[in-house]
Amino acid sequence: MKRIYLDYAATTPTHPEVVKAMLPYFTDAFGNPSSIYSYGQETKGAIEEARDKVAALISALSEEVVFTSGGTEADNFAIKGVAYANEPKGNHIITSSIEHHAVIETCKFLERRGFRVTYLPVDEYGLVDPNDVKKAITDKTILISVMQASNEVGTVEPIAEIGRIAKEAGIYFHTDAVQTAGHIPIDVNQLGVDLLSMSAHKLYGPKGVGALYIRKGTKLIPFMHGGEQERRRRASTENVPGIVGFGKAVELAQQEISEEAERLTYLRDQLINGLLERIDHTRLNGHPIMRLPNNVNVSVDFVEGESMLLNLDLEGICASTGSACSSSSLEPSHVLLALGLAHEQAHGSLRFSLGKWTTDEEIERVLDVLPGIVAKLRAMSPLLKSHR
Amino acid sequence: MRDVWSLYSEKVMEHFKNPRNVGEIENPDGIGHVGNPVCGDIMELYIKVNDSTIVDAKFKTFGCGAAIATSSMVTEMVKGKSIGEALEISNRAVAEALDGLPPIKMHCSVLAEEALKSAIEDYLSKQR
Repeated sequence: MKRIYLDYAATTPTHPEVVKAMLPYFTDAFGNPSSIYSYGQETKGAIEEARDKVAALISALSEEVVFTSGGTEADNFAIKGVAYANEPKGNHIITSSIEHHAVIETCKFLERRGFRVTYLPVDEYGLVDPNDVKKAITDKTILISVMQASNEVGTVEPIAEIGRIAKEAGIYFHTDAVQTAGHIPIDVNQLGVDLLSMSAHKLYGPKGVGALYIRKGTKLIPFMHGGEQERRRRASTENVPGIVGFGKAVELAQQEISEEAERLTYLRDQLINGLLERIDHTRLNGHPIMRLPNNVNVSVDFVEGESMLLNLDLEGICASTGSACSSSSLEPSHVLLALGLAHEQAHGSLRFSLGKWTTDEEIERVLDVLPGIVAKLRAMSPLLKSHR
Repeated sequence: MRDVWSLYSEKVMEHFKNPRNVGEIENPDGIGHVGNPVCGDIMELYIKVNDSTIVDAKFKTFGCGAAIATSSMVTEMVKGKSIGEALEISNRAVAEALDGLPPIKMHCSVLAEEALKSAIEDYLSKQR
């Protein structure tokens, strides 16, 4: 059976050209970039070349890009780094209620250490209201962190508007761009962000590498202490193959960003419209237009997400759910609940995320298979009966 | 967001793919209704009793693969058992009959046991 991978938001396969670019840095070019001899200097050069590419992707200066171990580290670095460096000025952070766990859990950690955090609500589409940001600002606010797009429901937030508010108030502004970098155009100056998190494995790069953009002049403490790598902002010998792979992935993404977004938006809408047409009592989660080109998230009434996923898996289709049946908390996705979904709707959610190798045929296959799966599960659902 | 990996035994998957005793019993002698939408699992279990013996059992379940498989298994196990014997079926016995469940899914077997007990209690309360 041919496998149909529709979980690109979880991770992407590493592009073959990226792997090819990385390979020499495991063997021939293995030198430590901090070494003086030429073995070291060639890897140093490779890192700086990758840094230039990442900086170009987001219209930043190369020196404003710090490589990390991934998106989670970039989020931790930005939030803790700013919080601890600016503690004398204030202890208040504003974020949203639909952030990735890497942001939410970091904020909760800081709350336990005496910081105050405002978690802004979102509307039914998952949008943060910039006016809410404005109203939440106090003279103690030191950081605003709002993601550029939701990894779960795909809603793209009004970052530039929030950026203007942050700039006016003189408050640092961070955005988690893990789902957007390489997928939609980003200009840090146009967005007005001071910090921006990225991850390589969401854009056909390798796992274990990411970056944090830090606007020149931003006050934040280093994430790791030790050597002098990354301008003393992040000690540790650089992950040279990973960084080189990240750079190559960014270069490839940038070449085709517009065509790919257009192609995926078409396939995305084919899937959304097909699902809503072919399965009754189904709703789209997230914003219909201000939406990532590759994200489809629907709630199917009366059935639970994991049982749909297992059936899809039996057909070779990989997707994901906001249901919590496989977590120890049993709580469904905080994002879907923040959008105002009832618990049973959140448990009945499915996310399909499309990517570079997604085809029309694959979308058609999902549309052929899912209605039957839903019908089978609904036939054994006690919720359907009480609905009737 | 969580992905499904191959976390279930073959037996669980077999019952998930071909669940036994799906549906409702008309004029049942006992109904058990357990779980809630918050945790994501809801089970309804119906029993038909003849001479203190459970002669038929059916279920309807909203829930994950383990919830469906444990519902299917408990209805199989209970058929032909006396009320006394049925009350002794534990969640562990249901899980073992399915060749085990992942630790985070054991609560589904608890739900199956509770659904059965609740159906039997319903039956007994009508006998009084």
